[in-house]
Amino acid sequence: MADLEARRVIELGYAGNERLVMNMGPQHPSAHGVFRAILTLEGETVAAVDAVIGYLHRCHEKLGETLTYVQYPSIASKTDYVAAMTSELAYVLAAERIGRVEVPPRARYLRVTAAELQRVASHCLWLGTWCMDMGGALGGGATLFLYAIREREMLLDLFEALTGARLLYGFHQVGGTRYDLPAGWAEQCRSTLAFVEKRIDEYEAMLEDNPFFLARTQGVGVISPELAQEIGVSGPLIRGSGIAYDIRRAEPYSSYEDFEFRVPVETAGDCWARYRVRMVEFRESIKIVRQALDGLPAGPISSRPGVKSVGQVRIPKGEAYARVEGPRGEVGCYLIADGGPKPYRMKWRGASFSNLAVLPHIIPGHKVADVVAIMGSVDPVFGEVDR
Amino acid sequence: MDAVDPRVRVRERFALEPAGEPPRLTVEPPRERWIELARFAQRDLGCRYFSFLTAVDWKEHGLEVLYRVENLLAPLALTVRVKLGPGETHCPSLTSVYRGADWMERECYDLFGVVFDGHPDLRRILLAQDWEGHPLRKDYPVDMPHAPYR
Repeated sequence: MADLEARRVIELGYAGNERLVMNMGPQHPSAHGVFRAILTLEGETVAAVDAVIGYLHRCHEKLGETLTYVQYPSIASKTDYVAAMTSELAYVLAAERIGRVEVPPRARYLRVTAAELQRVASHCLWLGTWCMDMGGALGGGATLFLYAIREREMLLDLFEALTGARLLYGFHQVGGTRYDLPAGWAEQCRSTLAFVEKRIDEYEAMLEDNPFFLARTQGVGVISPELAQEIGVSGPLIRGSGIAYDIRRAEPYSSYEDFEFRVPVETAGDCWARYRVRMVEFRESIKIVRQALDGLPAGPISSRPGVKSVGQVRIPKGEAYARVEGPRGEVGCYLIADGGPKPYRMKWRGASFSNLAVLPHIIPGHKVADVVAIMGSVDPVFGEVDR
Repeated sequence: MDAVDPRVRVRERFALEPAGEPPRLTVEPPRERWIELARFAQRDLGCRYFSFLTAVDWKEHGLEVLYRVENLLAPLALTVRVKLGPGETHCPSLTSVYRGADWMERECYDLFGVVFDGHPDLRRILLAQDWEGHPLRKDYPVDMPHAPYR
């Protein structure tokens, strides 16, 4: 009797008409943070996804209402901690737009330099962790991760020399930047970029001739252009889906109109397309940094005198939405000022939040192993998703 | 895309005067035309890109809900806002028009307590399901959950 029961259970399972609910995360290594996906499986195939987020929620928007315009930029870097420069920049741009604060040309170029170096550093981390997620298929798990992190460390050395910090910088402030380039920094930056540029060719050689890598990325996790727009995904995801939308081009901020660069677009919308877009962005960012260093204007780095107390910067009444093209897409800050030293309301439009919201639409129909590849290609940072 | 000024089209269809200059416009429709305007923005103005949705607590004047959609080709960025009125928390859901409104409205419900009528799955998204209160309301104390300290 017991034998018969056991056999029936096994038979049911193999018939493929049984659904299994599986919990992936919140401490899954491929989650790149704390993310829980409740997968409903039919055999190995995912039928539905319920995404659970919020494990890293700190209510940044409330924090923004309680901290002054001087204090908050260094906290803003903690939303997207992998690309701290961009979220700081979005916040100060919003404040500057309301207050019509001038930013000197040197500061604008320094901001571009920092933002583009940040993009290279962030993409290094994305590439390394994504390839480690797909691990064994690439012939040796952590190989690419270690290479990419080696390059990222060199870029973080540059940030350390510039700001004193390796991860969360506090570089931007209302009216300009807080630090100027130290002596010898530009030369160090150029030699690092030359090193990184050569390594990008090596990554491509390692990955693009690898049939396993192609099999795991091509045709996997396709986002259609219609879906991409309706959900509001941005950055490499929307450009991988055939829409040439880059805020640096669409609405140039901080002198991006001075620089020559290409906006890569792929039409397939799969993991491979997103990979290709980011690989081109690596090189374009390096090109922009070189142009910024070549054309760096002389002059002051801030239009405001140094602050002596935290309540010193006041922004007149008004509201503005400022957005920047972060490594993950449109990072926006919607600010309402009431004339005091603190904003009345601050809204973060996190690129990762909207990018992650596309997962329940694209994962169903894929195998469990593909969930990992798709997650990695979306490149979410949970500090920004949960804010 | 035709070349008719989007301001004119909004004026003709809704008898509303959009604020701001193209490409950035702001419209304030009445609440009962909230969904109609979203559909109009998506189909007729080509604003297919859903940027974000959020709310603002204006204390005694009540909550205001706003969202921003964009036409990436034109370019046109439309901010649509509606004042719910004092004590009012209900707002029609945009999920039938923009799928991206799903998570944004859940976040707005979670942090502001705006109830989106017609949302298929209105649960908290960032905070725990048994959390009490809505932190981004201005009357929510910052560091003590139950008693205001200021």
